[in-house]
Amino acid sequence: MNLRKKRVLRQNLVAYAFILPNFIGLFVFTLLPVLFVFFLSLTKWDSANPIQFVGISNFTRMFSDSTFRISFFNTFYYAVGTVPITLIAALGLALILNTKIRGRNIFRTVFFFPYVASLIAVVVVWNMLFHPDMGPINGLLSAIGVDNPPRWGASTKAAMPTVILFSVWRYMGYYMIMYLAALQGIPRDLYEAGNLDGTTPFQRFRYITLPMLTPTTFFVGIMLTIQCFKVFDIIYAMTNGGPGRATNVLVYYIYNQAFSEFDFGYASAMSVVLFAIVLIITLVQFRSERKWVSYM
Amino acid sequence: MNLQTKQKIVKLSIYILLIFLSLVAIVPFIWMLSASFKLNKDVFTYPVTWIPETVRWQNYADIWDKIPLFTFIKNTAKLTIIITLLQLFTSSLAAYAFAKLEFKGRDLLFIAYISTIAIPWQVYMIPQYIMVQKFGLVDTHMSLIILQAFSAFGVFLMRQFYISIPRELSESARIDGLGEFGIYSRIMLPLVKPGLATLTIFTFVTIWNDFMGPLIYLNSTSKKTIQLGLRLFVTQFSAEYSLIMAAALVTLIPVLIVFLALQKYFVEGIATSGIKG
Repeated sequence: MNLRKKRVLRQNLVAYAFILPNFIGLFVFTLLPVLFVFFLSLTKWDSANPIQFVGISNFTRMFSDSTFRISFFNTFYYAVGTVPITLIAALGLALILNTKIRGRNIFRTVFFFPYVASLIAVVVVWNMLFHPDMGPINGLLSAIGVDNPPRWGASTKAAMPTVILFSVWRYMGYYMIMYLAALQGIPRDLYEAGNLDGTTPFQRFRYITLPMLTPTTFFVGIMLTIQCFKVFDIIYAMTNGGPGRATNVLVYYIYNQAFSEFDFGYASAMSVVLFAIVLIITLVQFRSERKWVSYM
Repeated sequence: MNLQTKQKIVKLSIYILLIFLSLVAIVPFIWMLSASFKLNKDVFTYPVTWIPETVRWQNYADIWDKIPLFTFIKNTAKLTIIITLLQLFTSSLAAYAFAKLEFKGRDLLFIAYISTIAIPWQVYMIPQYIMVQKFGLVDTHMSLIILQAFSAFGVFLMRQFYISIPRELSESARIDGLGEFGIYSRIMLPLVKPGLATLTIFTFVTIWNDFMGPLIYLNSTSKKTIQLGLRLFVTQFSAEYSLIMAAALVTLIPVLIVFLALQKYFVEGIATSGIKG
């Protein structure tokens, strides 16, 4: 071996040594399980008795399983409600906070705090505020003359909208920060050029700000959609999937099948479905991004 | 109407809107604070009395006897500190290699890392659980430590900070005869302190607030974390509204302190991870 080759080899080994501590953990506890889930999805197993290979029957079972169908639909319902409202709220807040106003940082902190606060704590307050009989929200609604205020988390119809409302409240500050960073990255001279041409503020928003923000919007869109598809703890803490099955979502059902029923095979098959959905969303959004996004 | 008054009206309405929205964001916390000092029977009186007539400090003493709150806090603090330190160590090492060293398979490996971030944990939590179960680690703190100490996101985040450091710095140190580990520990680490702070606050908040991980792995009350503990409190004493609010507030305090102290890094971190690299 010549000297140069030796040096390159040494360089490689040093680099691998730096990566190794992280890589071992990631390989054993993330990469292997990801591969293992595909195998598990083809089995029937409770992890105690011998494992049984059942082919694709776990997947065909989903078609006749009404709880799966409902939780699948509910997951989409949750995402379709949460993503656009959060996106618009986050963008709106960022646009306002990007102007010259007093107390910007205080407002930013205030909007961001719901995201950092522990979920269980905030859910408990929400459930009290939105208590259908005793809660101050319905107290307020009755006081201003609403006859039958919604029963929020306690009614089949209103439960999901309540969860969506909560999610928007919790997430908007986080994505607002992403939009704020993007807004600060738009070159000033674009607006100055716009000013010279005698444009209205709305035109500047429509033709400068919005196009410049599209990469962020796509990124935020993907992140939010995936976040919605893996929702669990909000559901668990707020509604327990109820009333009935009204807010039962995919991961909540997976959790129950795995850790209450110990049907690891079926739960894994549903995890594979979740994986497929997340993958498709990511690919579709990246594809359409190429078509729509202007990087200028 | 002249232009100046028009602008003033616009400005005023923006402020009114902002204050209204801030109230929406913050009122639940104020209500929590207020309720935590009330007698249980006064929690739901309407109209809301924001400042209770008699401030009941006793609530904050009672919660410690109702459930082993102190144990829960201790367990959570232990997990949070160990996992955060391990994450800082393994992520800053690996990220240094990805950002500053040339080696075979670097780009491919990095793509693999990025893809891992995109796969939700919920997809592979079942096989992971079975593995941990076979290792005999269910219902131990070790299970959560080994699962959460190695993060692809941490590597990605730290790499963003290393990249901005000029190459000349490490080159000249190399000429001076410093080994790679020396360059990493003596030159690079001090320079990526903002990155370390960002990763610290991200990990701290994530682990402190983690619910699903402890829910799956921890069964015995003596091992549970604060989030499980609060949940336990809520289910066991569901009608003790003011006590629940006091306990909820106690769980928020550490996060609030860390958040207010390191907010700058949090904001930077979100901005950094939002920029597509």
